[in-house]
Amino acid sequence: MTKWVEQPLSWENVLIYALLSVVFLLLILGYVTYAILFERKVLGWMQWRHGPNRLGPWGIFQTVADVLKLLIKEDTIPHKADRALFILAPALCYAPSFAAIAVIPYTRELYFADLNVAVIYYAALSAISTIAIVLGGWASNNKYSLLGGMRSAAQMISYEVPLILSIVGTVMMTGSMSLRQIADAQGDWFWEWNFLPQIIGFGVFIVAAVSELNRTPFDLPEAESELVAGYHTEYSGFRFAFFMLAEYVYMFAIAGLASVLFLGGWHPPAPFLDFIPGIVWMILKMAFVIFFLFWLRATMPRVRIDQLMGLAWKVLVPLAILNVFVTAVCLELFIKG
Amino acid sequence: MIRTEELLLNVGPQHPSTHGVLRLVLKLDGEVITEATPVIGYLHRGTEKLAESLNYTQIIPYTDRMDYVSAMTNNYVLCHAVEKMMGIEVPERAQFLRLIVMEMQRIASHLVWWGTYLLDLGAMSPFLYAFKEREKIVSLFNELCGARLTYNYMRVGGVKWDAPPGWIDKVRDFVPYMEKQLEEYEQLVSGNEIFLARVRGIGKYDAETAIAYGLSGANLRCTGVKWDLRKNEPYCIYDRFEFDVPVGTNGDCYDRYMVRFEEMRQSLRILKQAIEQFPSSGETMGKVPRVIRPPAGETYVRIESPRGEIGCHIVSKGKAEPYRLKFRRPSFNNLQILPKLLVGETMTNLIAIMGGIDFVLGEVDC
Repeated sequence: MTKWVEQPLSWENVLIYALLSVVFLLLILGYVTYAILFERKVLGWMQWRHGPNRLGPWGIFQTVADVLKLLIKEDTIPHKADRALFILAPALCYAPSFAAIAVIPYTRELYFADLNVAVIYYAALSAISTIAIVLGGWASNNKYSLLGGMRSAAQMISYEVPLILSIVGTVMMTGSMSLRQIADAQGDWFWEWNFLPQIIGFGVFIVAAVSELNRTPFDLPEAESELVAGYHTEYSGFRFAFFMLAEYVYMFAIAGLASVLFLGGWHPPAPFLDFIPGIVWMILKMAFVIFFLFWLRATMPRVRIDQLMGLAWKVLVPLAILNVFVTAVCLELFIKG
Repeated sequence: MIRTEELLLNVGPQHPSTHGVLRLVLKLDGEVITEATPVIGYLHRGTEKLAESLNYTQIIPYTDRMDYVSAMTNNYVLCHAVEKMMGIEVPERAQFLRLIVMEMQRIASHLVWWGTYLLDLGAMSPFLYAFKEREKIVSLFNELCGARLTYNYMRVGGVKWDAPPGWIDKVRDFVPYMEKQLEEYEQLVSGNEIFLARVRGIGKYDAETAIAYGLSGANLRCTGVKWDLRKNEPYCIYDRFEFDVPVGTNGDCYDRYMVRFEEMRQSLRILKQAIEQFPSSGETMGKVPRVIRPPAGETYVRIESPRGEIGCHIVSKGKAEPYRLKFRRPSFNNLQILPKLLVGETMTNLIAIMGGIDFVLGEVDC
């Protein structure tokens, strides 16, 4: 990838890039399809049942069939909904999620964009999806959707602060905001990865990320027992699928970020495991993070909205700031001095 | 100045966590509830009126459908009332069978409550675990009487079916298994920080309020009132067994949870003793006239169902059908405190409080 990224822009390059994007989009769709199956299987195993097992061996076509069903479903728009915004919201939710993953490097060579402000770019784009969720809740003209959308706005805005602050420590250690350089700066032994020196940052990052993803135990916007389905109560068919798609793509992005920022990216856990290509390590690490999210879902009850906000502002933000401070002091005293 | 309005929110009758067809009309100020009005009656079938044109054996299936999560205790309360009016002796073996199924039913019913309560609070797995265990009980009931939910098992004077060969041994194996599982579930849920934060100090009331509202069962015991009809007014053969009545202290959702959880353990304790003393042979039906005609007069009996005090009031004019039949349904009485508890709480606490009361809409509407 490096050679195309660094070349001057030509028609050939644009064509290659466009094609690669389409290939990547398909890969991501494939990932989402099987992430959903994997989630259902993992949940099934943890709950002493089989999970999907009817469609194809091991249920491998289950999600395909589900997506097909969503595609051919009647597209309903509530009579009193704000039509334009109602249609806009799912697209506005999905598009930034896909754009955000452009900055994630998979190996030293395989990446789509090597921005020098990648961290900020990710935060900025993922914030757009929050707007889409509020929009969807508002445009549905449904009280449950509205409550879900409002909760979501409060939650995602609150958790973006600790999420970004938790990354700052890592950025300071590397001296760069490019995700590729952050991953590259980590060593080949697993204790040389960022999660050990940045253990507070890593903890804050994981908690904030789970919340940012609206997953259990922070799945308040779609708390089905009180708000029916939250902001997407009125959505059906493929518009609903787009919200779901965005959620799983963000999960991919967060898994990628966690791997690159804290878990050493494509580096193997020990130098002698070098013969296994970096992409395998990267995929394994991402899969582990994603599995962790599913695991949480099978274990935890949901926190309450006020407890959630309290956790963000009273615990996570001070911790993240403390982490930044400690990192700065340590860098000044031991590394530079 | 921003102009704000109260939001009138209609929760139910089709809502995932009202456990049936309860409708709540809420006035919300932001997420805070300022007024709550439960609307009931969506499942009303007129059981009590229908009973007036049925003979007593025919009423038993109707009691199954009142509190469908705990059909055995409902069966019992009706049979018990008629037996008391007519002075029928129930044979020993039938008494034991009745007690065993009632205690198993209590465990099954509390399991359903435990699972759905945690599902309401957002934890998904306990629901499936609970139903897996309940399935074992339901299968045992299926072997015993051929039904999984509406058993129609008890008759005036005894029980319809004797235990099939080997059934008691299966129950004997079930008890230690369930004890082990309960241990595991306690570790999974009862100490979870998120769970504790959701239920501790939520939906609090004191003993005086509980009694004033006519609450019974775990809803009363969570305030520290030690009132269990199995102990205080022993019926069936409960006076022969040793068990404790768990009580709470604070009267919050957490205490209600712990009381119910402990009750499952106590039920297992009763089951263990009952199986040891189970008579190896004997009749399962007492001497009952062919047509059941209680003498003219009235009677009221009450027993401890998993949800609280279930009572049956029969007025007889000496005919084969009751002149008037009235059930005191614990869910209906327990539900009354809901509007009082909800005011000033948020939408999220609504779920924790409503689930904590443990009502079954089939019984509320009857």
